[in-house]
Amino acid sequence: MQRYSGFELFKQSLSHHENWQSVWRNPKPKDKYDVIIVGGGGHGLATAYYLAKVHGITNVAVLEKGYLGGGNTGRNTTIVRSNYLWDEAAHLYEHAMKLWEGLSQDLNYNVMFSQRGVLNLGHTLQDMRDIQRRVNANRLNGIDGEILDTKQVQEIVPMMDCSANTRYPVMGASWQPRAGVARHDAVAWGFARAADAMGVDMIQQTEVVDMIIEDGTITGVKTNRYGDIKADKVGCVVAGNSSVLANMAGFELPLESHPLQALVSEPIKPVLDTVVMSNHVHGYISQSDKGDLVIGAGIDGYNGYGQRGSYPTIEHTVQAILELFPMFSRVRMNRQWGGIVDTCPDACPILSDTPVKNLFFNCGWGTGGFKATPGSGHVFAECLAKGELSELAKPFSMFRFHNGALIDEHGAAGVAH
Amino acid sequence: MLHIFCPHCAEYREEEEFHAKGQAHIPRPLDPEALSDKEWGEYLYFRKNPRGIHHELWVHAAGCRKFFNMTRDTVTYEIHETYKIGEKPTVTAQS
Repeated sequence: MQRYSGFELFKQSLSHHENWQSVWRNPKPKDKYDVIIVGGGGHGLATAYYLAKVHGITNVAVLEKGYLGGGNTGRNTTIVRSNYLWDEAAHLYEHAMKLWEGLSQDLNYNVMFSQRGVLNLGHTLQDMRDIQRRVNANRLNGIDGEILDTKQVQEIVPMMDCSANTRYPVMGASWQPRAGVARHDAVAWGFARAADAMGVDMIQQTEVVDMIIEDGTITGVKTNRYGDIKADKVGCVVAGNSSVLANMAGFELPLESHPLQALVSEPIKPVLDTVVMSNHVHGYISQSDKGDLVIGAGIDGYNGYGQRGSYPTIEHTVQAILELFPMFSRVRMNRQWGGIVDTCPDACPILSDTPVKNLFFNCGWGTGGFKATPGSGHVFAECLAKGELSELAKPFSMFRFHNGALIDEHGAAGVAH
Repeated sequence: MLHIFCPHCAEYREEEEFHAKGQAHIPRPLDPEALSDKEWGEYLYFRKNPRGIHHELWVHAAGCRKFFNMTRDTVTYEIHETYKIGEKPTVTAQS
């Protein structure tokens, strides 16, 4: 792999930047792999990367039906934080946060991780009590967090309307200074490039159409382009389409797929240097380095695979944002899109073995998967390498919905669902 | 914006008057005490999540406030039919 550096940039400039290596190969698949990962989004690519890097398993293929990072990885609002309430979830997301902190150096690819802090606003007395509980729980888990009052919030975001004249006045917030945003496409590309350099095959535009299962053990997958590809183990990391793949393997998952949408404005001058989220009025906003305001919305209530959201949901979100930031009322919106998120009943992911031997699923990240990308890949790679769930993954088995050991982050995590 | 025909009001109304309530036709087990943990968990949490024809429960929350069922395509979002609780769908994935 050609290392990116200031010196390399200078060297390539002498030949007009025409001799850069392609970022990854586009190989034809082999007949058999040690591990096949279905789904070439951030989580799947991160899994492939850590399988090769940490566990030395490089005979790996990533099968992607579209192009790398073209699903939810390229459609989210790029927020990264780890202030979850329950121990199991907090440990998992904090594991990801620690990997984020060295990720650009690790991948030799600038993922533009910017720790600009995340505010979760409170608008009611109950919000503030929940914030106190959550921040205290975070601190006990070694995760940074502060409880801010209205004045302190106003100091961080001067142009937000923190007056008492709003319908739901801002009473305070939780503040995680280490949280922030990252460049979502770069995360997918960085993981793909680094995994490719270690010998992982990225097989794009190849859809898995069936699973090959013999005596309750998976032995490979059928694809639309290359026929059967054999594998010792298969890991499915396909977000919104997880239920479809589970049905191919003959079981069901406790998931429902919903469209989650986001929208961006025209680029404007720097105005917002942090991330503001509000669970109560339900919206979240940050400003990208390019200058566009990135605004996130709630999911549509109905199941959908359409990768587009409904207009009533946009209206609700924009109402909430304008209540907080009246100054954005004349900003024009540029683009709007939807991604399909696989939501779990307890708003926590599934990292699990399945009723089929050697078939593993990493899914159910719902509305908040991007922040976990490196952690999810790191943990899932360990599960695939060992053939059993790692310590961090154990609480997230799909069988928790049989034994009742749910991790109820719904509403608890400052999650703006 | 979905335009939804409420079978109780017998007219089309806009999506905002309604709430989706998930998969339809889930009968409550007649003898919950007799179920294994697995069966009870599947009744509570495991849902059909098809890519295509889906039967789902809706409520006309800002209208008559009654529940009804809908057959809808989850990819195109086309609504094939709405029908009252207790009735059977005429459009199914097999037909």
